[in-house]
Amino acid sequence: MINLQKIILSAFMGLSLTACQTTYNPSETLYDRLGGDSGVTAIVSGTLDYTLKDDRIAHTFENSNVERVETLLIEQICDLTGGPCEYSGQTMERSHRGLELTSLHFNALVENMQKAMNDNDVDFSSQNDLLAILAPMHRDVVTK
Amino acid sequence: MTGGVTQVEGAGGAGLTPWATITGYGTENSYGANVFYTEAQTRNFTLRSTGAAVGIKNRLELSYAHQEFDTGDTGPVLGLRQGYKFKQDIIGAKLRITGDAVYDQDSWVPQIAVGAQYKKASDEGLLTALGAKDDDGIDIYASATKVMLDKNLIVGATLRGTKANQLGLLGFGGDANDDYQIEFEGSVAYMVSRKVVIGADYRTKPNNLSFAEEQDAKAAYIAYFPNKHVSFTAAYADLGDVALQGKQDGLYGSIQLGF
Repeated sequence: MINLQKIILSAFMGLSLTACQTTYNPSETLYDRLGGDSGVTAIVSGTLDYTLKDDRIAHTFENSNVERVETLLIEQICDLTGGPCEYSGQTMERSHRGLELTSLHFNALVENMQKAMNDNDVDFSSQNDLLAILAPMHRDVVTK
Repeated sequence: MTGGVTQVEGAGGAGLTPWATITGYGTENSYGANVFYTEAQTRNFTLRSTGAAVGIKNRLELSYAHQEFDTGDTGPVLGLRQGYKFKQDIIGAKLRITGDAVYDQDSWVPQIAVGAQYKKASDEGLLTALGAKDDDGIDIYASATKVMLDKNLIVGATLRGTKANQLGLLGFGGDANDDYQIEFEGSVAYMVSRKVVIGADYRTKPNNLSFAEEQDAKAAYIAYFPNKHVSFTAAYADLGDVALQGKQDGLYGSIQLGF
């Protein structure tokens, strides 16, 4: 019993230490940590690949120009994460108007993006940093 | 949003305290649910808890739990029979009032929920003999929970109005105090990865029975989420002194299944 307690407590401390060691060079932007232009392009491309095969949301892209969505999404993430881009698309509210999206759709896209980030070896903290930026878009995207 | 975030609250809260989130993977248009079994072994006692909860349209959570506090070999020391079990049933409801713990990352405002738990303990005669005033009672609480994605943290706080002795297992109200007390519960969790969360809970409790002083409870845990539908938690918990038998600390394990 006592030994087990020690093992669990040591596991805790080990994990906490690992956790605390994830520090970044302050001059490095999230854009850099996502892998810059090639990283963000691969993440967006992977996200859309998963999404178009995902029964939960593939149909919501039926009337979309997927190539254009991909280009704009790369540009938008680059812009929001400190990269050298300026998003030229519509507001999130405008571009999702009338699509009647639900949280189920929103969450499915997020899951696909997490898969794509895993595929591209983006560390967990950087993944959450990107999701923290995208999460508030829920209120403009989800209207139903 | 991540497996960890949703499933930690899907368990009805992180070990000792509720979250403001609604259980399961339900959204505003769907339902979520989970079942759980938890067993805690302390120096003298074993606490078992099992139950289920449903989340309705990310607005309302309804839950049921059955708890058994097994006195084991300590039963005869307390004047009870060997292996005597204190038991209680708990029916809970939680209503999300405002905010979204996960989506509202651009604001400090947490998700806020209010809840009530009706508890009914077994063996009124024994509880009365111990000094308790009632064998049933209602806890009311308000919880605030915030996921801070950019820090990989989940923080929660709960204020609870209660008369429960040892969560209600030793009845409600007592010879030393029979008024509702406001108690505090705090919870912090760190998301190590999509599959592993470590955290700690703290919970204050009333002190209503003159025969045995009651202390705060604490727990530190590690939870593992191999996929969206199952999770395992291992923890070290300290429930404080219970029934004059000294500090009751030990390990607990919990398994949850849900969707």
